[in-house]
Amino acid sequence: MSDKVELSENALGRLVPSVVNGRREVAFQGVNAHRPQGRKHAPSIRSSADYPANGDKRVADLETALKKCGVKSGMVISNHHHFRNGDIVALQALQTAARLGAKDLVWFPSASFPCQAAVIELMQQGVVHHIEGSMNGPLGDYCTAGKMRGLGVLRSHGGRWQAVQDGEVEIDIAVIAAPTADPFGNADGSHGRSACGSLGFALADATYAERAIVVTDNLVPFPCIPWQIQGNHIDHVVVTDSIGDPAKIVSGTTEITKSPDRLRIAEYVARFLADAGIMKDGFSFQAGAGGIALAFVSYLKELMRGAGVKARFVRGGSTKYLVELLNEGLVDYILDGQTFDLHGVASIASNPRHVATSPFTSYNHQGKGNFATFVDAAVLGATEVDVHFNANVVTHSDGRLLHGIGGWQNCLFSGCSILAVPSVRDRIPVIVDRVTTLVGPGELVDVVATERGIAINPRRTDLLQAVRGTSLPIRPIEEIKAEVEKICGGKPKPPALGDTPVAVVKWVDGTIIDTVWQVLGPFAAAGGGGGGD
Amino acid sequence: MVLENRTGVGSAGRSGPEVRSDLRVQVATRSAGGLELSLKSKVEPYYGDAIREQVRSLCKGLGLLHAKVEVDDAGAVPFVIAARLEAAVRAAGAGAGHDVRPPRLDPLPPPSSKTRVRRSRLYLPGNEAKFMLSAGLHGPDGVILDLEDSVHPAAKDEARLVVRNALRQVDFGACERMVRINQLPLGLEDLAAVVPESPDLILIPKVETAAQVEAVDRAVAGLLGSDARPLWLMPIIESALGVENAFAIARAASRVAALTIGLEDYTADLGVVKTATGDETLWARARLVNAAHAAGVQAIDSVFGDFGDEAGLRAWALKSRAMGFEGMGCIHPRQIPIIHECFAPSAAEIERAKKIVAAFKEAEAKGVGVVNLGSKMIDPPVVERARRLVAAAEAMGLLAKG
Repeated sequence: MSDKVELSENALGRLVPSVVNGRREVAFQGVNAHRPQGRKHAPSIRSSADYPANGDKRVADLETALKKCGVKSGMVISNHHHFRNGDIVALQALQTAARLGAKDLVWFPSASFPCQAAVIELMQQGVVHHIEGSMNGPLGDYCTAGKMRGLGVLRSHGGRWQAVQDGEVEIDIAVIAAPTADPFGNADGSHGRSACGSLGFALADATYAERAIVVTDNLVPFPCIPWQIQGNHIDHVVVTDSIGDPAKIVSGTTEITKSPDRLRIAEYVARFLADAGIMKDGFSFQAGAGGIALAFVSYLKELMRGAGVKARFVRGGSTKYLVELLNEGLVDYILDGQTFDLHGVASIASNPRHVATSPFTSYNHQGKGNFATFVDAAVLGATEVDVHFNANVVTHSDGRLLHGIGGWQNCLFSGCSILAVPSVRDRIPVIVDRVTTLVGPGELVDVVATERGIAINPRRTDLLQAVRGTSLPIRPIEEIKAEVEKICGGKPKPPALGDTPVAVVKWVDGTIIDTVWQVLGPFAAAGGGGGGD
Repeated sequence: MVLENRTGVGSAGRSGPEVRSDLRVQVATRSAGGLELSLKSKVEPYYGDAIREQVRSLCKGLGLLHAKVEVDDAGAVPFVIAARLEAAVRAAGAGAGHDVRPPRLDPLPPPSSKTRVRRSRLYLPGNEAKFMLSAGLHGPDGVILDLEDSVHPAAKDEARLVVRNALRQVDFGACERMVRINQLPLGLEDLAAVVPESPDLILIPKVETAAQVEAVDRAVAGLLGSDARPLWLMPIIESALGVENAFAIARAASRVAALTIGLEDYTADLGVVKTATGDETLWARARLVNAAHAAGVQAIDSVFGDFGDEAGLRAWALKSRAMGFEGMGCIHPRQIPIIHECFAPSAAEIERAKKIVAAFKEAEAKGVGVVNLGSKMIDPPVVERARRLVAAAEAMGLLAKG
């Protein structure tokens, strides 16, 4: 990144680039302030006359498929993270494109994982120009060290759908790894030895990409039922021996944390939902697969049982714990975005009340509504939050990329968004004066629950009122912050950041909410270590 | 001997991929060349300068002018850094005669009383600082900073400094601050380090005779100032002989506030297997309850060792209260709410006790000597028990004060 970048201040006072990878961008204007005009993007019209009448779209291998799709330099190649750290298809697609001579590709994964660290070599070789998608681990360090040729673009799951649908990102070739597929390209995630549950992340790509390839290790005769991905969107089908490492695709069983502090946070959040009156018949909630979220579900289950309360739906990330709620009749439906363990996979494959959803139905902001806005409560993580409840979920306090946004930004629109976070991580306070990267505006963050107490956003006078007189430890966020700083021996020094943008963070409407800056100092290259004296 | 020319090597603390919120310090003293500090820290960008400043200032305080100091830090808070550095310097043979204790929490929590509620006491390994910071948040009645069985014999010196600094710097909230010392004579060193830091109670392990309690009591008396706040003793009986001597042990010193029992060692002494129902220790525990009550001190039960088995804990705790115990030990914060629930008097018990106390007050106001409730005459010991129950219910938050 050597070019001088034009920066402007957005509505949250953050400096953001006006042009990203050659494309003019809009700075964040406020929650629900931006209203783009125009029509959605659409791929070219196709004719079934050009596809096999017998429905058999199989080709010999990925290389043939990519050739037939006309892979060439500068294209946007997309992949999906439903195989998480067990995926091998994404890397194969990029490496095959490299063999075919493609350069300057834009890689557009729904998220990247450490198993894809070899993309660094492809970037060094000039095959991949930059990544638009979450980056962490080695890829995150490569980006924050300023080594990527283009700017990274981080989007929420809903924001990714929005970007594709609105034509911000025009996918040339989507390569979709499918645990089960038929020769026509219908594909399903809930069956097969690489079963991962929902394929929802790939749906936008199938719908809007110019070309789409399905890669499977489990071919079934037409029809592949359920067809989470419809073959009518698919150009070619590739059958290979293996598309991923099943042991890393889903865990056997996701385990609840044993940390006393984290259990305490989980219990506070569950009690908060009960005491604030959110936990009532017909309610809904979302919780992910992190240690605190899982423990929260198990505490909430006890409270629901005790109070005789049933939820209408829960939004997954499904795990054993959500499946138990469903099987016990404590919830009518699981609306699943991704499936984290084998219990979830078995359930989605067999229980009609466990439903695969896509970011379109759950998250997309630029549509006629999305159900994240009427989930009653969402329990989320964060790396940092400030006293105005602005929060960070993508970078460490030292500025290095740590997490993707996932559905986090989208979930902030729920009836009650709760950040369930320890107040301190190894001497690093979580409540800070200024978040390193602002990913969620404070006006949408309702509650910060820590082991030292629960802080309610002063905007939510209704919540403050609802829990008055309960035994919950409700405290001002400033008080928790001061207590932690005392334990840590003062405020932490702000990170040493350069003035060169390395990535931008998009808001759900496609505007830029903040910039990720190049990291300077001892942490620029990789984690750990530090200078002498 | 010229002290300045003496060289020595010492280390303290832990490092490695599994270690969090702790650090390892290595000190090699030398006769010249000043202080050479090398720091590796997980929190370098935020607190690297602060750590360097702390290390330099502490070395100066310890009179250490020439040394190589290596610090490998995994996000330890300042009181832990101070304890590890001091331990390493002392292990290197330097720092004698220098007091570098960190400042004391201000104000100190209010002193404890002999009869305070002691339903739960949470064990915290004395050499593991990361559990200490939030221990008070989990709301046990007491925390035990343990210098005995949870601390490796080679780490006793450094653990003592962690515990000492924790007593000075960690806010344990409303918890009674307890320390379990080692058996004497090692325990005398523990007492010398911790008694000046105003703990509320000392647990004495493996007590078999009254003389052992008397020895600790004498040592404590010698260490406490004349205006010191009260310091209570809780002997732990862990052998067949100890059980036989329980009454004498309970009466050995007026500082004894409670008797407790250690069932791992006791069952080992008997050569029987410790079970989840505790049938094999029923007699010993009943004997302990009786001895404690005869001596006018509390009887506190052992720990329930499987924190994953909540039903087992509940069953144990209910039985324990029914036997006359007033509390238990905890090995994980998850056990605290269950124990509190099980040791709480029932609503019916509280209601009856309230009526008895009200009837007593009424009789007192009227100048009547005999207390009647309905058609029943209430004996003075029953009134006393009712008052204690009301007070305990208030302390447990089950009843509004007054």
